[in-house]
Amino acid sequence: MKKVGNHNSTSRKMFFSLALMLTFSLTSIAQVAAPAAAAEVPVATQGGDPVKGKELFNSNCAACHKLDAKATGPMLRGISAKHDMPWLYKWIHNSADLIKSGDAAAVKVYEANNKVPMTAFPALSEGDIDNIIAYTSEPKAEAPVAAVGGAVAGAPQEGGGVSNSIILGALALVLAMLVVMLFLVNNVLRKVAKANGIEVAPKAATTPIWVAFAKNQFLVLVTSIFLLLAGAYFVYGFLMQIGVDQGYEPIQPIHYSHRIHAGDNEINCKYCHSAARVSKNAGIPSLNVCMNCHKNIAEVAESTATPEYSKAFYDEQIQKLYTAVGWDKSTQSYTGKTQPVKWVRIHNLPDFVYFNHSQHVTVAGIECQTCHGPVETYEIQKQFAPLTMGWCINCHRKTEVKMKGNEYYTKIHEELSKKYGVDKLTAAQMGGLECGKCHY
Amino acid sequence: MSSNKKYWKSVEELENGSIVEALRNNEFVEAIPTEEFLGNNDAMSSSTSRRDFLKYVGFSTAAATLAACEGPVNKSIPYVLQPEQIIPGVADYYATSVFDGFDFANLLVKTREGRPIKIDNNTIEGAKFSANARIHASILSLYDNMRLKEPKVEGKTSTWSAVDAKIKSSLSDAKAEGGQVVLLTNTLASPSTEKLIAEFIALNPNAKHVIYDAVSSSEALDAFEAVYGERSLVDYDFAKASLIVSVGADFLGDWQGGGYDTGYTQGRVPKNGKMSRHIQLEANMTLSGAAADKRLAMSTANQKQALVQIYNVVTGSSVAVNLDAKFKSEVTKAAQQLKAAGSKGLLVSGIQDKNAQLLVLGVNQVLASESFTTSGARQIRKGSNEKVAQLVKDMKAGSVHTLIMSGVNPVYTLADSATFVEGLKKVKTSVSLSLKEDETALVSTIAAPVPHYLESWGDLSLTKGTYSLTQPTIRPLFNTKQLQDVLMSLNGMSGAYYDYLKASSSAFVSGASWNKVLHDGVNVGVSQSLSGGSADYTAAANALAKSKASAGFELVLYTKTGMGDGQQANNPWLQEFPDPITRVSWDNYVTVSNADAKQLELSNEIVANGGLNGSYANITTADGVKLENVPVIVQPGQAVGTIGLALGYGRKAALKEEMQVGLNAYPLYKGFNDVQSVTFEKAAGEHEFACVQGQKTLMGRGDIIKETTLEIFNTKDAEVWNEVPMVSLNHEEVKATSVDLWDSFDRSTGHHFNLSIDLNACTGCGACVIACHAENNVPVVGKSEIRRSRDMHWLRIDRYYSSEDTFEGDNERKENIAGLSDSLSTFNEMEKAGDNPQVSFQPVMCQHCNHAPCETVCPVAATSHSRQGQNHMAYNRCVGTRYCANNCPYKVRRFNWFLYNKNSEFDYHMNDDLGRMVLNPDVNVRSRGVMEKCSMCIQMTQATILNAKREGRVIVDGEFQTACSNACSNGAMKFGDVNDKESEVTKLSEDERMYHLLEHVGTKPNVIYHVKVRNT
Repeated sequence: MKKVGNHNSTSRKMFFSLALMLTFSLTSIAQVAAPAAAAEVPVATQGGDPVKGKELFNSNCAACHKLDAKATGPMLRGISAKHDMPWLYKWIHNSADLIKSGDAAAVKVYEANNKVPMTAFPALSEGDIDNIIAYTSEPKAEAPVAAVGGAVAGAPQEGGGVSNSIILGALALVLAMLVVMLFLVNNVLRKVAKANGIEVAPKAATTPIWVAFAKNQFLVLVTSIFLLLAGAYFVYGFLMQIGVDQGYEPIQPIHYSHRIHAGDNEINCKYCHSAARVSKNAGIPSLNVCMNCHKNIAEVAESTATPEYSKAFYDEQIQKLYTAVGWDKSTQSYTGKTQPVKWVRIHNLPDFVYFNHSQHVTVAGIECQTCHGPVETYEIQKQFAPLTMGWCINCHRKTEVKMKGNEYYTKIHEELSKKYGVDKLTAAQMGGLECGKCHY
Repeated sequence: MSSNKKYWKSVEELENGSIVEALRNNEFVEAIPTEEFLGNNDAMSSSTSRRDFLKYVGFSTAAATLAACEGPVNKSIPYVLQPEQIIPGVADYYATSVFDGFDFANLLVKTREGRPIKIDNNTIEGAKFSANARIHASILSLYDNMRLKEPKVEGKTSTWSAVDAKIKSSLSDAKAEGGQVVLLTNTLASPSTEKLIAEFIALNPNAKHVIYDAVSSSEALDAFEAVYGERSLVDYDFAKASLIVSVGADFLGDWQGGGYDTGYTQGRVPKNGKMSRHIQLEANMTLSGAAADKRLAMSTANQKQALVQIYNVVTGSSVAVNLDAKFKSEVTKAAQQLKAAGSKGLLVSGIQDKNAQLLVLGVNQVLASESFTTSGARQIRKGSNEKVAQLVKDMKAGSVHTLIMSGVNPVYTLADSATFVEGLKKVKTSVSLSLKEDETALVSTIAAPVPHYLESWGDLSLTKGTYSLTQPTIRPLFNTKQLQDVLMSLNGMSGAYYDYLKASSSAFVSGASWNKVLHDGVNVGVSQSLSGGSADYTAAANALAKSKASAGFELVLYTKTGMGDGQQANNPWLQEFPDPITRVSWDNYVTVSNADAKQLELSNEIVANGGLNGSYANITTADGVKLENVPVIVQPGQAVGTIGLALGYGRKAALKEEMQVGLNAYPLYKGFNDVQSVTFEKAAGEHEFACVQGQKTLMGRGDIIKETTLEIFNTKDAEVWNEVPMVSLNHEEVKATSVDLWDSFDRSTGHHFNLSIDLNACTGCGACVIACHAENNVPVVGKSEIRRSRDMHWLRIDRYYSSEDTFEGDNERKENIAGLSDSLSTFNEMEKAGDNPQVSFQPVMCQHCNHAPCETVCPVAATSHSRQGQNHMAYNRCVGTRYCANNCPYKVRRFNWFLYNKNSEFDYHMNDDLGRMVLNPDVNVRSRGVMEKCSMCIQMTQATILNAKREGRVIVDGEFQTACSNACSNGAMKFGDVNDKESEVTKLSEDERMYHLLEHVGTKPNVIYHVKVRNT
């Protein structure tokens, strides 16, 4: 593998330089060119198609295997070097038979992987398997193109910043020069006048403006009223913010990024927060829910990393999950030693308010984002809404209740729409503003 | 006007000024030992001056104040591995059954996030026994922080393996020495446990099993055994009786285990002009006496004669009877009615005399009573007085080597506890398997903690032919092991009791899988009736007739609705639960008849602060056991010459100080006989009671509890017996219901809840009161606060006595008052209850008035009305003016005078991390300074609505429930939506018996009552 990697790097460098050149003229071409360059690397795979192989790999193998790390099954990159193809066909078609037949290699693999039998794939043709093996025999990709593109894209922005400050600096300089000039001119004129014996009439002693202001009682009164009102306005504003934690963004014990999960990977909110459908609590998912995916995802992709958070940083967070849930990555097994995660609660509704998620999520069909904001863009979760009573009430006043297809509402809809003379009813018209609906 | 006069304080000052001057300047005559506290030179030489110190204090206070502006950081900790069934925020229900040796029921336990928080009745077919107040409260006993948490050997904390080893070695020693091994338990009624015990005895041939019931029904068992050859109790079906004659049997209380109220009330609601008739002969005023149509207050001695008289009439015998003349005609009349009722008649008796119990069997056999059936006999009492007495004798003789006790507390409950303790000292190894480190556990060699029933596995056969399972609803909170597991390890069996139970259950279950029985909680099989046995009833009647009345006072011991046999004495809900009859909480007292009280100069009076005070008295039994300073309650309806005293109080061990109330009456329970001959005398001093109801009678205000007789009910129009109050409008009398100050809202859309309360079906059992506590996080306030009328019960059950013989008599007397002076004297007399009054119970909670007086006076609009008929109370809005409570005509609003949670001044369950686990997370815990009241369980109605919305369906009748209507197994409380025209509550609200409380006030309540009809 290593050898192939080295061999590859020289050709890559050439392609990269080409790509770099192309970026200056047309970035899009470079992006097509880079994977094309990788694909052209010849590897001995008995003629399999790695592109098709990748598809097959992702749909059949990725649940238990990774290319570069051990998961439930062993890592698969370079598997063709370890076993010959006929053996691999047999193994993949029915590994249990192979183990039962006493094949030494098969038994060894079986035992090395905690005696977890591999699912049989009799449906995969030998051609399919060739494709998969071709994909697994591909060299490991290095130095992601995205980073290069990012650096290039960054340059013009930087230039813009410099020009702005230069203009501003120049303007300030001109202004300063004008002030100095004015002072100098004034000085010169004064000297000239003195030399010519012209007396500059001294200014008559006038009452200073603040004394005049203090003497005018009406003005003082108006100003103090104004100041008091302004003060009251700000004090009121300050007091009304007490206990309102909009934008509360605490540091969590594990840096969990909704951007990656809900944004990049488009995982449905209710996959993890499943309780929101049936319970008053949306619920922070228990760690076994995380492990549904993270059993196989021990590290993030290079492309997940951002300038702010590196791949190593994210990988460390996944490791924190493993520590908490007691998962030993190397043996792919649970140790039984768990450390529950103490998340910092972000949305703290007071005890005297009853709020039920299922009412809003399941019955009303409200999107999570309505109250929680664009969570899929949040790197760190924060409180989006003020969660004040006014905010709740406003929504109840405006929101029309989703009644269609819900038999519970049939009768009351008929009665209320007759009463109010409207077809659509708001939560308020349903009685959603009554104190006892939320306070008991 | 300044004066130059000089005043001297004393002659000395005038004469010898200098000494006085010196003394004045020298304020401290003795030298102050400043060295003692200033001697530390290091401290004195500190560079911090006093000013600096004050600066630091000032700064740090300011900093702390500023820092306090930050909100607290709350942590949220999810499961690591979430159990499949648990969704945080969603309640789970588990069917289980309980029998603690005294109380039993088939239950449905509500759990939230894995902790049980509420007990409901299991309503599945075959689940026959519903929870009483004590069982509803038992959920709090689970979270009792005074429970025994670790096994103890000789008072020192130990381990289970050490305990097991010690018992095992003691058992082998006993075998070697030939000493007795005794297993002393309460009645178990558990087939698998009995099997285990049989196996234990087979392995230890020197062992025997003694069953001990703290409150014994031994005579009834003996009588049944004599006739039918089996040690059980009859499971009467009161629903089938049209005439019930009870001679001293409080079957609505704890007589033979209780649990008869559901059947009884079925026959008590008039249907097609018919209802059962109930005649009660008793000494103490009991729940059964209160419900009776005809009640005769007589001593137990008279009851015995009355029973013989009934036997005479029904069977046509002529045993000589020595019955008091004044009762003779009434008793004979009752007996004749019983005979006429034939198979629809039923005779029961609570007289603790084998002959009396034999007569009951004999009379019912002659009547061929349908209510009397020998199939499905009750297994809930098995104890034998003789065997327990024999055990104490053996222990005293030193022949018992090892004593293993489970579920019993003989040191507290045995009358002759001193002898038992003496005997216990001679026992080599005594083991007490107990929930708490109680009186017995303290003097036993080994105190071994057992789990609460909500943490245990088990099976029960409460009646023959039924099989119920007990399943844990929470992991054991402490290091406990149940009796069965202990027995298995002593028997050398491997595995857990769960496996044993599962394996052995198949023998007792008929036609259902283990999972089905576990899910249902109960399995009903077949039980054959026993072949008709017989006994010499005439001899029994002769023997009974010859029993002599005792000299002096007759003490009748009983168990209270709240406390039972005293197992749950550390339960604050039960301590604060007011007795349904006397309305006194936090106490034990002796009840005396008015006539006797007058004679002995005993009195009760309401003192200036509104509290009830009473005299003290001393009680001495014939053999010299004396109970001193027993508080006295003058009890209307108490038979003259008798006094009543409740068991179950006066415990000290493993009880919080606040709960150590009352006096222990068990020492008077000689020979397991609840009737004792005593001398009774006044003692000095006054006792302060915590009584929640000062007034006794209605004083002729018949519109609060409307009562009528079956005859009038059947023959007259509703206007006669359910009169609508009239008010004056434009100088004309009109019906109060037709006048309105307010414009009414449209209430026809959506739901509109009504709660219906049938006074005919309410027995005053109080299950609803405790269920309301559990559901709504009602705080416990303690005795002194209750005495100040600051009780927090959202739901109270008012008890009223008639002043005349009947309530009807009161009404008539009030009508016939002529003139002002007559009214003053008459009302004064009517304030006092009669000597044998009628009694009525009336549960009162917030009436949820459609035109609520409380809502209009709230200055901050904290209480408001909803479209669904509920009167809302927003606690966070309330500022505590208490205007609403003052304007409420029903006095149902409760004010939080203090912070009752996390406050060491109120050291009850809410001041305890463990005790707070019982709180319902869906209901707010109120803080100091806010008003609270019944919400008509809005959290439950809202949850029902939400479930229907989520499932997209219409709500069916019966889905809407409140905690009280759920707890009421008597059918007295029904809840529902009156906008659903088909619902049961709609029909009830249109019933002729329906009326509103204080209708003339025009509040238009959403709680409705039904006129009480008596079959006199």
